[in-house]
Amino acid sequence: MKVSQMVEALCLKVLAGEKFLEREVSSGYCCDLLSRVMAKGEKGMAWITVQTHMNVVAVAALIEMACVIIPEGIEVERKVLDKAEEEGVIVLSSNLTAFELVGKLYQMGIVPVRNDAS
Amino acid sequence: MKIAVDLHIHSALSPCADDDMTPNNIVNMAILKGLDVIAVTDHNSCDNVKAVMNVADGRILVLPGMEVQTKEEVHLLCYFENLQNLLDFDAYIRNFMPWIPNVPEIFGNQYIMDEKDQIIGQREDLLLSSVELSVEQVVYQVLQRKGIVVPAHVDRTSYSIISQLGFIPTNLPFKVLEFSKFDTNYTMYFREYKRVYSSDAHQLGQILERRMLIDVYNVSLAAVIQWFKDLSVV
Repeated sequence: MKVSQMVEALCLKVLAGEKFLEREVSSGYCCDLLSRVMAKGEKGMAWITVQTHMNVVAVAALIEMACVIIPEGIEVERKVLDKAEEEGVIVLSSNLTAFELVGKLYQMGIVPVRNDAS
Repeated sequence: MKIAVDLHIHSALSPCADDDMTPNNIVNMAILKGLDVIAVTDHNSCDNVKAVMNVADGRILVLPGMEVQTKEEVHLLCYFENLQNLLDFDAYIRNFMPWIPNVPEIFGNQYIMDEKDQIIGQREDLLLSSVELSVEQVVYQVLQRKGIVVPAHVDRTSYSIISQLGFIPTNLPFKVLEFSKFDTNYTMYFREYKRVYSSDAHQLGQILERRMLIDVYNVSLAAVIQWFKDLSVV
């Protein structure tokens, strides 16, 4: 599935990375501990987190994620979004909770990350 | 006597700090600003502390320290009375560092420097990650080495003990909390604690002026540590 299809199906707001929306999403993960995401994350995944600080962009870029989705309409600072644009990181926003987003993505066929190291 | 401190400064070893946060630049800037005691507290590492202490050479006091990121992503400032105890703590911490390589283009350089500000090495593992130790375990290890732990920038919304745990555990012997310049509405949590303000400087200009004064019996590392251990609320 492409990020653009996800954006349309879930009415997501694109906060950064508009020009990369044709990127493919291969899996999904939901976690707010960045260190855990660094350990478990994989290329092409969609990541749902309530964290919005600068290191979210760094971790997403490091892992070459498909996109980051911020739930509950949480605001993201301009400087973080500017950095995301610079690093080619797609940041999406939704008014749904992380729980609802994960449920919908799972229904749409997004699979969990394959790396199951704990 | 009152002395001016800035006990949370990052050197070029921290990926997020400027490369010109060299031992000489930090010490000389701190002297220019009129500080009496500083601490260089890099993320999960202390490889530049010895060089900073040597550069200071009695002109300014350097409290050996480190900013540890626990597995809950809480930042704890760990201070020790002497370099040996810090190095011993560092050797322990290294066993719990994850093997995530640093990508300097994304996170920044992690330079180890000598007294002449020459780059003598760099840390290959990403220091901006969590050690596999809980808040409680880190506190225990520091206390064992006669050090003190101060939760860092408790008024910030990321990497602070309150943002990560939602509260300050009452079973741990925290007496002092560190605040940053950011102003949030967490004040309700802080009544029974002493406070210390630090710069958390990642750039030279951010190092504090003579604003944070602590009352000590003399200018020594033992006296500074004692201020932190002292129960009386300021």
